[in-house]
Formats: sequence, structure tokens, C-alpha cells
Amino acid sequence: MTDRAAPLVPVTVDQLSWPLRLRFGVSDALALTWRDLLVWSRVPMFLIFSIVQPVMFVLLFRYVFGGAIPVRVPGGYVDYLMPGIIAQSAAFASFGTAISLAREMQRGVIDRFRSMPMARSAVLLGRLVADTLRMILTVLVIMIVGYAVGFRFQNGWVPALVMMVLAVVFGLAVCTVSAFVGLALRDEESVGSFGLIWLFPLTFVSAAFVPVTSMPGWLQAFAINQPVTIVIEEMRSLALGGPLALHAWQSAVWLVGLVVVFVPLAVRAYRRPS
Amino acid sequence: MLTVAPESGAGCQEGAIRHWSRAAIVGTLDVDMSTSVPMPLGGDPPGASSGPRVVHAAGSGTSGARAGTSAVAVGVAAAVEVESLSKHYGEVEAVKAVSFSVLTGEVFAFLGPNGAGKSTTIKMLCTLARPTAGRASVAGFDVERQPKAVRRHIGLVFQDQTLDDQLTAEENLRFHAVLYGVSHEQVAERIDRVLRLVALQDRRADLVSTFSGGMARRLEIARGMLHTPAVLFLDEPTVGLDPQTRALMWDDVLRMRDEEGVTIFLTTHYMDEAENADRIAIIDYGSIVALDTPDALKRQVGSDTVELVTADDAAAGARLASAGFQVSSGGDGLVVFAENGESQVARLVETAGVAVRNVHVHRPTLDDVFLHYTGRQIRETPADRSVGRSMRARMARRR
Repeated sequence: MTDRAAPLVPVTVDQLSWPLRLRFGVSDALALTWRDLLVWSRVPMFLIFSIVQPVMFVLLFRYVFGGAIPVRVPGGYVDYLMPGIIAQSAAFASFGTAISLAREMQRGVIDRFRSMPMARSAVLLGRLVADTLRMILTVLVIMIVGYAVGFRFQNGWVPALVMMVLAVVFGLAVCTVSAFVGLALRDEESVGSFGLIWLFPLTFVSAAFVPVTSMPGWLQAFAINQPVTIVIEEMRSLALGGPLALHAWQSAVWLVGLVVVFVPLAVRAYRRPS
Repeated sequence: MLTVAPESGAGCQEGAIRHWSRAAIVGTLDVDMSTSVPMPLGGDPPGASSGPRVVHAAGSGTSGARAGTSAVAVGVAAAVEVESLSKHYGEVEAVKAVSFSVLTGEVFAFLGPNGAGKSTTIKMLCTLARPTAGRASVAGFDVERQPKAVRRHIGLVFQDQTLDDQLTAEENLRFHAVLYGVSHEQVAERIDRVLRLVALQDRRADLVSTFSGGMARRLEIARGMLHTPAVLFLDEPTVGLDPQTRALMWDDVLRMRDEEGVTIFLTTHYMDEAENADRIAIIDYGSIVALDTPDALKRQVGSDTVELVTADDAAAGARLASAGFQVSSGGDGLVVFAENGESQVARLVETAGVAVRNVHVHRPTLDDVFLHYTGRQIRETPADRSVGRSMRARMARRR
């Protein structure tokens, strides 16, 4: 016999142990990933268009701008270009993360998830897993296109593999920023306008397409020290050979820092009532 | 007595929980109604005066355990209890200290115009918004202290469609089942059942993008029922639907209440829909201004009126008044106030003693009730009124 106003509940979903909560959290995230993959399989044009854009960049820089950009690397400009293009593509792929989350926030889908007994982080985690898979596909296609237009790894296959992993991890870290942007703006049109603006200076004012030494001195200070340049220089060293240590730990600090800062911010934005 | 209910067999060690579905990890609450019976504001709720004195509430057993046969006794315990619940957005008081109870198995309607505070109240009850003051419990769980338990025991259907268009009906339901932790063994059975309940079993393999608005809405209601919630919240469920679909949706909702024992809490600004509810709370500017059964609310407004157009209104009025009727002159004839006006027509005509050319019985409507309590009408479009007439006729046939 008890008072309904204050029910005694010895074991509820609020009081599960950490391992169990983790298991349910992973299960929820994978369910969301499965949903995204299923949707993409029904709308293949989304995947195709997200791959076409970086392929266009490869072709444009290889055959249109490349001839005018002097670089000192073993295989010429195409070898200099590809690590930059891959990193840029991984970063731009995060646009899809922001748009999808903003759309779902706007449509009330996120509110529905918030009314369900699922892990708070699952929506973000599920989306990031799906976007990582999309990013891997994008990187692989760009690599194939790169090889078709003359790019060659100069440093062996293991560093090449590490370079691609680094590109995906970099893209994933940028996705956490985009997820925060999408969940914070909560409006598909605003994200559509703002979504890539913050990425343009980071990717173009970097060592992605041109050596930073060609920039004015005041711009070099930013270009050299910002994370995109640091990660791309590490990727370039992995692909073509060169010193690894300095940019390796700087990349690790930046990538971990982005995730540590923006995942909690994104989860907080997710929890904020609409 | 509280117990932890495994999917099968005994035992409640947490180590064994990994073999259970999440839905199995719930409490079972025994309530002795002789000591604590939360009563709603206003008149007697249906079934409140009788029934079992001990009820197993708040979702006993697995999600599937409540499938088909509800473990919740109907009409004897509060599925939703709200005390002085308020919500402020800055200076704006969206909900002002509302208090009410919704009984298990009831269809409870929140009726009010747009901006009255209906959706805000639902958001607080569904843990989507934190109350500024007051307290509320759903299925016995406090919305602030036990939000996950509340979420486990509710289904929610929003005004706007939240299905995945590029998934089939079955995939949408399966996705939902995973997130609710419905066990693998029960998923297929529950999907079959809820699709049958909304008569969409033949469309289970079709993409939702091929569905009409009404079909999508009915699928959403089915999805809301998939995990056998104790309370199904429907926020303006029929907005934008055509008359036939609205009526079909109401068929679905009442069938779910009857067959699954779920408590229905819905908001609407359609008078005609509110008529289908067991009880109605009229909310205006964030406050509940009336709460009772539809008939009781109408009775509070006044008795039936019978309009008579006769060959000699003066003579007829005098005779009716001398016979004890309360009579006044209307625009084109006489207005007689009478309880159960339809049953009194023959007597009135006979008592009038003159030729009666026209008789019209007017029963108070919820429009009159709303007008009475708020001093204004909920604005409805002509299309809404047409829909309402169609639905009333259909629901009358169903009864």
C-alpha cells in the first residue's frame, strides 16, 4: 500500500548501472545510424552530390589553378594538392551534419527523441557514426580520382592509411562543431546560409591549396597556427614523407580539443527545449 | 508493493537485467484506493465510484506484457496528476497554476484556442519543458524527478508529422521499437497489432512518402502505441485532416483506449472533437476555467430551449406559463426553457393549444460552454464546422 503521489520505485530506467546505460546508449546510437543509412540508400543522390563536389575541386585545382601554383614537393602540385583536398572534403562533409540536425530540430523530430527514454548523446553519436561512414566513402572516392589524375603516395602504404584515418578523424572533429551549429541555430535555412561560412577561411587560409609562404605576413600567422593547416601538414608528411612529430601532437591537441569542447556544447543544445 | 518485473520468470538482480528489454525495468505499483484516491476537479469521472480497490498501475511487466490486455484497471486511478503547475517564459505566463487529474483509461481533452497553454502543458507532462512551479506526475512518476520513467510510460504524437518519409511504415515502427527497447520477440507482434488497430496493415511495406496526411497521422498514432504506453498524448491530432480522416482517426483512438486500456490525453481547439472525450478541461489564457464531462458542462450553462412559432404566440405563451413553463418571447415566436427539450415537445404543443407552425429544440453546445466561461468563442472556419457535423454523425453511428 502506498501513496500514488510519491511512488516508490526501487529500480527504474533512471537508476541503471553505467554499463547498462552505455549499452543502451550504443544501441540507440546505432539505431539512429541505421535509420540514416537506410534513408541514404533510398536517396542516393544525396551521397552522389556530396562526392561530386570534392571531385570537382580535385579536377579544378589539378587542371585549372594548379599550373599557376609553384610548390616544392616530389610529385608536383597534384601530390601537394591531394592531402589538402581530402582534408577540405572531410571538413565540408560536416555541412550535412549541421543541415540534418537543424532540419530534424525544426521538424520536431528531435523533440520526439527528447520525449523518449533514450540516451541524450545518442542522436549526436548516431549522426556522427553515419557521417563518418559517409566521410570514409568520400575520402576513398577522392583517392581513386586523385590516383587517376596523377597523385601517388610517396611514403608507403601504412603512412597512407594513417593519413586517411587522420582525415576522417579530422572530419569527425569538424562534424562536432557542425552538430553544435545545427542544433544551436535550429533552422535549416540559417544553417544553409551559415553552414560553410566559418569553414571557408579555415580551409582556404591554410596550406590546403597553396604554400602559406605565398600569403602576406599578417595572414601567415593565422594560417600557420590554425588547425586545418596543422592537420594538412601532418597528412602531407604522411603521404609524401617528412617530419611527423611536431604536427602530430599539435593535430592531436586540436582534434581532441574540438571534440571535448563541442560535443558537450552540442548535447547541451540538443537538450535545450525548442 | 513495488516489484521489478522481468520478462519471464522470477528474479530481480541487476546482473540479470542484460537479458531483459529496457521496457521490463519498471515498477509495479499497488494502490489501495481506500486511502488515496486522487479525484479530478469537477464532476465524477466515469467509473470512479466503483471498480477494484487495488490496481496494478504504471506499466507492469514488459512492454509487451501490456499488449492486448492492459494491466491497468480502467477508471480507478489517476494516470496524470497535476498540482499548481505553472510555466513562465520570461514575463509571459503560459500556464498559470493549473491542477487536475486524469483517470486511467479516460479520454481527456484540453480544449482551448491557440496560445491558451495546451501544448505547453503537454510539453511539461512529457518532460519536454521544465515547470516553473508546481508538480505533475504521469503514470505515477514525477515529471521532474523521474523523467526517464515518465518517458518510458508515455506515447506522444505532435501536431507536426515526425515520421521518416524515406522509410516504410514498418521500418518507422521498428526504429521506434528499438529506441524504446521493445524486446526482439515482441517487436513483430506489436507492429502487427498497432498496424491493425489503425487499419494500415496492407501498407506496411510502403514508403511513408506515399502516404496521405491522414494515413501518416494514423501511423504516428500507431507508433505512439507501439511500446504500450500508459498514457498517449495527442497534441492537436486532427489539425489539417479532412472530415473522413478525422473521424477515422477518432475511431482509431477510441479503439486503442478500448482494446489496450491506454489513457488518452489530447488537446484540441475543435469543439466537436472535444465531445468525444470523457472529460474536458477548458483552458484559456493559461488557466483552467472549467472541467467536467461534456454533458455536465452543458448542463452548467443551462437547460435546453424549445423555440415555438405558433398561430397566436400571446395565447400560447400564457397557457404555457400557467402550466409552469418558463417562457420568453423570441424573435419569431416563443422560447421555452425545458430540461430534455426533445422529450417535452409533444407536451408543449398540446399545452400551447393553438396551431404550432415550427418547433426547434436547441441543446447547449460546447460553443455555449466556452462562451459562458470565457466570454468569447473559439473561432472556427466554416470548413471546421462542416467537419464537425460529419464527425458527430459518424461518432453517433459508432456509439
